Amino acid sequence: MVEFDGVGLRYGPDAEILCDISFNLQPGSFYFLTGASGAGKTSLLKMLYLAQRPSRGIVRLFGEDLVAMPRHRLPGFRRRIGVVFQDFRLIPHLSARDNIALPLRIAGVSEEDLSGPVGEMLSWIGLGDRADARPATLSGGEQQRVAIARAVIARPQLLVADEPTGNVDPEMAMRLLGLFEALNRLGTTVVVATHDIHLISRIENAQMMRLERGRLSDPTGALRYPPANKA
Amino acid sequence: MIIPRVPVQHRRLLPDRRLSGPTPWVIAILMMLTLLAAAAGVGLARSAGAIGSAIAGRVTVQIVTANPETRAGQAAAFRRAAAARPFVLAARTVGQDELRATLGQWFGSAEGDDPLLKSLPLPALVDVDLAEGDRRGQMRALRALVAREAPGARIIPHAEWLGPVARLIRSLAWIAGAMVLLMTAASAAVVIMTARAALGTHFATIEMLHMIGATDRQITRLFQRRIAIDTAYGIALGSLVAAAILLLIGWQWSGVTAGLAATASLGAAGWALLLALPLLAIALAALTARQTLLAALKKIL
Repeated sequence: MVEFDGVGLRYGPDAEILCDISFNLQPGSFYFLTGASGAGKTSLLKMLYLAQRPSRGIVRLFGEDLVAMPRHRLPGFRRRIGVVFQDFRLIPHLSARDNIALPLRIAGVSEEDLSGPVGEMLSWIGLGDRADARPATLSGGEQQRVAIARAVIARPQLLVADEPTGNVDPEMAMRLLGLFEALNRLGTTVVVATHDIHLISRIENAQMMRLERGRLSDPTGALRYPPANKA
Repeated sequence: MIIPRVPVQHRRLLPDRRLSGPTPWVIAILMMLTLLAAAAGVGLARSAGAIGSAIAGRVTVQIVTANPETRAGQAAAFRRAAAARPFVLAARTVGQDELRATLGQWFGSAEGDDPLLKSLPLPALVDVDLAEGDRRGQMRALRALVAREAPGARIIPHAEWLGPVARLIRSLAWIAGAMVLLMTAASAAVVIMTARAALGTHFATIEMLHMIGATDRQITRLFQRRIAIDTAYGIALGSLVAAAILLLIGWQWSGVTAGLAATASLGAAGWALLLALPLLAIALAALTARQTLLAALKKIL
């Protein structure tokens, strides 16, 4: 599904902020990415959701080399990836419903076909009665739920989430994690960056990647040589 | 397509703030000035053309012999001899009454019946229109004819005294054309700045759209449509004001029937150009916006 081999990332002439990152994410697996602030988690996620090319190394996604891939082919890959941003990045002048529907609209799904899934998703995140509310009128937790709904609405093959439960209460955090787990059971590979140790312990069979000063800690080798069959 | 079709739901990705920024107003002013400069350029070019063709082959022979009868006889003989030459299209003696009437405008007597004017000895004038051909050779032959039929008469080629005026008018027409080009370039620059400003203002939205798989084409069409519509509003407004000004000038011009001013008009081709300019401007704005946006988006992964 995702293969990083000897990947390094630097911004400008500075030293590499990610060094020799190598791992292999298996389809349908669940990964937590942890590490102290500044360890490079967000930079690693940016490479995962194709917002950043590495400075060196090989990145393969869905079996294709992304380092040499021409720009015009990237949107097709991005549509197979759902992203939950730490700062939500909701479009401020769109309603919650329109924000959630965005990936489907961009993919060309008709209004007729998208109204059902969007309505269901709104109900599921508990915002059925606030469908027309703009992000500015939603609480932080509500905005985060909308952001998560937008990331999963198109049933992505890879879901990347950066601190997805940082602004929600423990009960909602568990519900959202349950959604990620459900998607994972349907075959979506999930990568969640988080500091929440309780969250990590909730998912059985989840694997953990730890970033320390730009290097990936994988003492067991589970990431590079994962179990052949998770089930 | 000048204004690309974008699904209604996608249009909402940009906030709906029509005519809120300075762009439509700046474009309106530039469009108005462009149309006025274009109209001036076309009018002046046509005027210069009309004067040029009128004076190119015209010569006036001025016979100033003191004796009125001899003068009239020389004029008649020269006119007959000139008319018989193959390189002469037409030769016409300017009547004394016509001369007095022309001079009368300066003497305060439109009819030319001023006693002082009547007492003035006026030269005999013969207008000669030369055929197309070797102008130097024609002038040599004409001078020989004048020396034979009316010795001492002066030959006045109209191009000599109206030529500089025609050249000046032609220069003004070129300046007006250059102003049209400069204002078109300024309009394109305004559109480029608008497109870049729009990208800056909506960068977060664009980044988000990219992340969820929107193509450059989808994003470009969205902004291109908005910029083209805003520009079209400005162009329509500027064109309306320019049309009102041109109609007013045309109405006032219709009262001018004499002199060089009477030669100025737009003609069918001129009006067609003025009508085409706003459409060309909208197309140019849309194309400029598209290229600016595509170039800017290519800098983002």
